Amino acid sequence: MTPEFLVAIVFAIVLVATPILLAGLGELVVEKAGVLNLGVEGMMLIGAVTGFAVTSLSGSPYLGVLAAAVAGALVSMIFAVLTLTLSANQVATGLALTIFGGGFSALAGKAFLGKTVVAFTQLFPTELATHPIWRVIFGYSPLVYFSLFMCAAIAWFLRRTRAGLILRAVGENDLSAHSIGYSVIGVRYMAVAFGGAMAGVAGSMFSLVLTPIWAEGLTAGRGWIALALVVFSAWKPFRLLLGAYIFGAVMTLEVHAKAAGGVFSALPSEFWAALPYLATIIVLVVISLRRSSSGAPACLGRPFIPPA
Amino acid sequence: MTMATRRTILKGGLALAALPALPGLAFGQEKLKVGFAYLAVPGDYGWTYAHDQGANALAAALGDKVEVTKVENVGEAGPNVERVLRELAQQGHKLIFATTFGHMEAAVKVSAEFPDVIFEHCTGYMTGPNLGTYNARFYEGRAVIGTIAGHMSKSGVAGYIASFPIPEVVMGMNAFVIAARKVNPNFVLKAAYLSTWFDPAKEGAQAQAFIDQGCDVITQHTDSPAPVELCERLGVPCFGQASDMSAFGPTQCLTSIVDDWGPHYIKTAEAVIAGTWVSAQPWESMADGGVVITPYNANVPAEVQAAADVVKNGQIDGSFHIFTGPLKDRDGGEFVAAGVTPDDGFLLSMQTYVEGVEVIE
Repeated sequence: MTPEFLVAIVFAIVLVATPILLAGLGELVVEKAGVLNLGVEGMMLIGAVTGFAVTSLSGSPYLGVLAAAVAGALVSMIFAVLTLTLSANQVATGLALTIFGGGFSALAGKAFLGKTVVAFTQLFPTELATHPIWRVIFGYSPLVYFSLFMCAAIAWFLRRTRAGLILRAVGENDLSAHSIGYSVIGVRYMAVAFGGAMAGVAGSMFSLVLTPIWAEGLTAGRGWIALALVVFSAWKPFRLLLGAYIFGAVMTLEVHAKAAGGVFSALPSEFWAALPYLATIIVLVVISLRRSSSGAPACLGRPFIPPA
Repeated sequence: MTMATRRTILKGGLALAALPALPGLAFGQEKLKVGFAYLAVPGDYGWTYAHDQGANALAAALGDKVEVTKVENVGEAGPNVERVLRELAQQGHKLIFATTFGHMEAAVKVSAEFPDVIFEHCTGYMTGPNLGTYNARFYEGRAVIGTIAGHMSKSGVAGYIASFPIPEVVMGMNAFVIAARKVNPNFVLKAAYLSTWFDPAKEGAQAQAFIDQGCDVITQHTDSPAPVELCERLGVPCFGQASDMSAFGPTQCLTSIVDDWGPHYIKTAEAVIAGTWVSAQPWESMADGGVVITPYNANVPAEVQAAADVVKNGQIDGSFHIFTGPLKDRDGGEFVAAGVTPDDGFLLSMQTYVEGVEVIE
């Protein structure tokens, strides 16, 4: 195993993990505020198609990512109005958002089928970003560094800031937060918009970085993995990071095992395909066993109707 | 009253599929109404896209002799398939195409209920007096790209991104590696089953893994153009699948194997109009135009193009068959005896890998 090969492995892991981490971080904040939005996959698809379209038309991937975030936040507002203002069922509305996102992105993306954009793959100067060894640190898309920054920022926000405390209060006990004067619905609107924006950015990672193309259903179910990881990581940002990277590592092991054959042939390909899911869940569940409570926000998924 | 209600519902269903609403009472016999049930949407850039191109070719070729109805997102299986096929028949469609393997049982059931409607089912094996099947010999295309790969690969190792271990896919791998080994007897094909037809990120990750492990040609049996796009960025030769993917790999996509269902759809509709249709199981080939090799990329050297053309033309004129023996299976046993060309039944049930294939089953 050459150092170059190890670098390639690390690279592959980071690329698989980053979109899941981005979408998961957004959903983590949403759920910490007591809202369960199952529409992550739909918002990611909207973000993916918007990011691709804007990059294709403007030539700027930065503008594309920004547009993806705005589009994700906007589409999440459909969910917010229905569930927060009109107190609709969050599970059903979230599922509807996923279906809507899939269909709408297909319609919007029709004009962009068969096109490509320049991949949004590099932040640092070319000499560093393509160096056979140093690219392991400097060779990634700006979105990778952004995801790591956001992980730390969200952990800090939730634990160390007053605003984070209010958000957690709204998720843990909406009635108390309301009675001491905080706007439960207002906080939740902001959280849902943030989650939508992060899902949009995660979607744009698919259409601008991983595979700079547009095809219907481009994200192929990664939004559901992000959702599951939020639960298994017990709503902790760094544990979510760990989960996303374990998933990335085992999926990279899977594709390399299949490519290598040899000793790996002892196990069937269906086993290898299931392994990333199995391994991630097992690791996160084992970590969580040490604590008694699951850490789920107490008001998760419950509509809040202010007392008269 | 109930009739009117049902008609309204039918119209609603059609509107959902983004179709021109059909008049509820169309007695006209001069136009043949042709219905298509699609697995997914034309925007998949793969399987359904190819069928949609075929349906458009039919509409263009026969003009006002036919009226084409497409129903998208029928799915691979479930009660929806039967419902769609039955509604199409009730609306007066006299020729109905069910375009994916999973539509088979619904096609058998509904075709029995409508003996005056002709059904054709893609890639299946069950037939009836008014139910035929159709398929295409994709392996002929694999033989051509395998020949090109044999010439172009320096390492002698290619990566094959596969979907599921079904005979059609096994046949494709075998045809590819048999052709490549005629050029380079030590050629190895590493194949990986992804357990999906469509997952762009994973198809890309698998292509990357193959390349990181030394494969210098990539080919795919999954539907997204992601591997081609990645290969273009990395400068690795590759081949397009199901539709022309050269737009994603202007310098590296050496050619694409295109499923062209148009000729079959036109032929079938003409036979139905003329009253000469009989239930059959045609397996379209390069000779019929059902499988097409797109023009070679300029980066394919002239002598390689010539070698690929020998294979292509030999299959078209019937002088060459990629599965003619002697062929050994990957454990060294006899697979096809010398001089023997296996029949279609042998091909359609192929589960054995030939020499040179490395795959985790």
